[in-house]
Amino acid sequence: MAEKVLIVGSGPAGLTAAIYAARAGLEPVVIEGFERGGQLMLTTDVENYPGFPDGVLGPELMEQLRKQAERFGTRIIAADVDEVDFSAHPFRAWAGDDEYEAETVIISTGASARWLGIPGEERLRGHGVSACATCDGFFFRDRELAVVGGGDSAMEEALFLTRFASKVTIIHRRDEFRASEIMVRRALAHDKIDVVWDSVVEEVLGDDEVTGVRIRNVKTGEVSVLAVDGMFVAIGHDPNTAVFRDQIDLDAKGYIVLHGASRTSVPGVFAGGDVADSVYRQAITAAGMGCQAALDAQHWLEEREA
Amino acid sequence: MRTRDRVALMGNNTVVATDATLPDMISGTTPVLVDFWAEWCAPCRLMEGPLDEIAGANPGKLIVAKLNVDENQQAAMAHEVMSIPTMIVFADGVEKKRLIGARSKHQLEADLAGFV
Repeated sequence: MAEKVLIVGSGPAGLTAAIYAARAGLEPVVIEGFERGGQLMLTTDVENYPGFPDGVLGPELMEQLRKQAERFGTRIIAADVDEVDFSAHPFRAWAGDDEYEAETVIISTGASARWLGIPGEERLRGHGVSACATCDGFFFRDRELAVVGGGDSAMEEALFLTRFASKVTIIHRRDEFRASEIMVRRALAHDKIDVVWDSVVEEVLGDDEVTGVRIRNVKTGEVSVLAVDGMFVAIGHDPNTAVFRDQIDLDAKGYIVLHGASRTSVPGVFAGGDVADSVYRQAITAAGMGCQAALDAQHWLEEREA
Repeated sequence: MRTRDRVALMGNNTVVATDATLPDMISGTTPVLVDFWAEWCAPCRLMEGPLDEIAGANPGKLIVAKLNVDENQQAAMAHEVMSIPTMIVFADGVEKKRLIGARSKHQLEADLAGFV
């Protein structure tokens, strides 16, 4: 029997969609995906989610959302969707050996960290190159590190890494950060944090482990080597839409194109969160979009039955 | 939901490795996959289910051991683990394969071809 609502992804968008769909009696099924809980699982303090005046840990927030979704009867399945077919109704999705049928699908697969794509980066991943400070910072006690990026994630990673590293150098391609003012102020005030402005990393150096990064100043053209034991990349994210590529409309950057609040190019398939949002990309906006997707799915089902 | 082919047994099919037990544990002829992990590592927690299932589906063929890097820093350093999860397959005391980063069960099975 087909599920009424199948939700793909379990970040703030997917779980908020689940809360609303479950409370509407639609018995949603969430296929949580292999990056369970989404990007917030890799963060520490979340200070801008409304309702938590003292901040909340990312993983803890996701645990609460999960409990809230389950409380109203959401079924959460530990699997990763690797194929979908939206060409016929009910829609079909596959996760490993299991096949699902669904009247409506809500896509909330989020986005994943982007890499620089420079020589040495892939070869040295896990040997000093990382995109997850909370995972790997531990291995760099009293070492020197570079963080590449200029947004909130880069500031957060740099600040987190100061717990372990003796020195953290933020390398940014512009002459100012695009991070929020409070994060910039904290990073610049930290005595373990240095900034190299107007510069890009051209190569990660090291045979078996990172020994440094080669940097080019984009204004002067000057090339230099910064000796570091690790490089953490925080330059943004790409939407997780590879599975849906031939099924629904995506924009040039791979984000799902929405018509109205949450409708995709396929009637009955909805989307919300970072997978369809290249602009705001916040936990709270993702949650809001997940809510819209659930309400739109509910409305769509009611219209079909009427 | 229809299940096409579910062979894995859910449960506790993995063993625990420590600084003290690791050298002996990986010296045998049966391949041992050692999962270097920590409580605070979210991607590591993602691997719990897949690793347990793979261990349950391959008795006698592949031993899956979990090594907490917080409590066993010596082993993590000896094997140059700088990112977790790192999963290393050993046989006869020698490293045969190293997988860095979390992945789905399907991907993990594909990466472990020859051992499972």
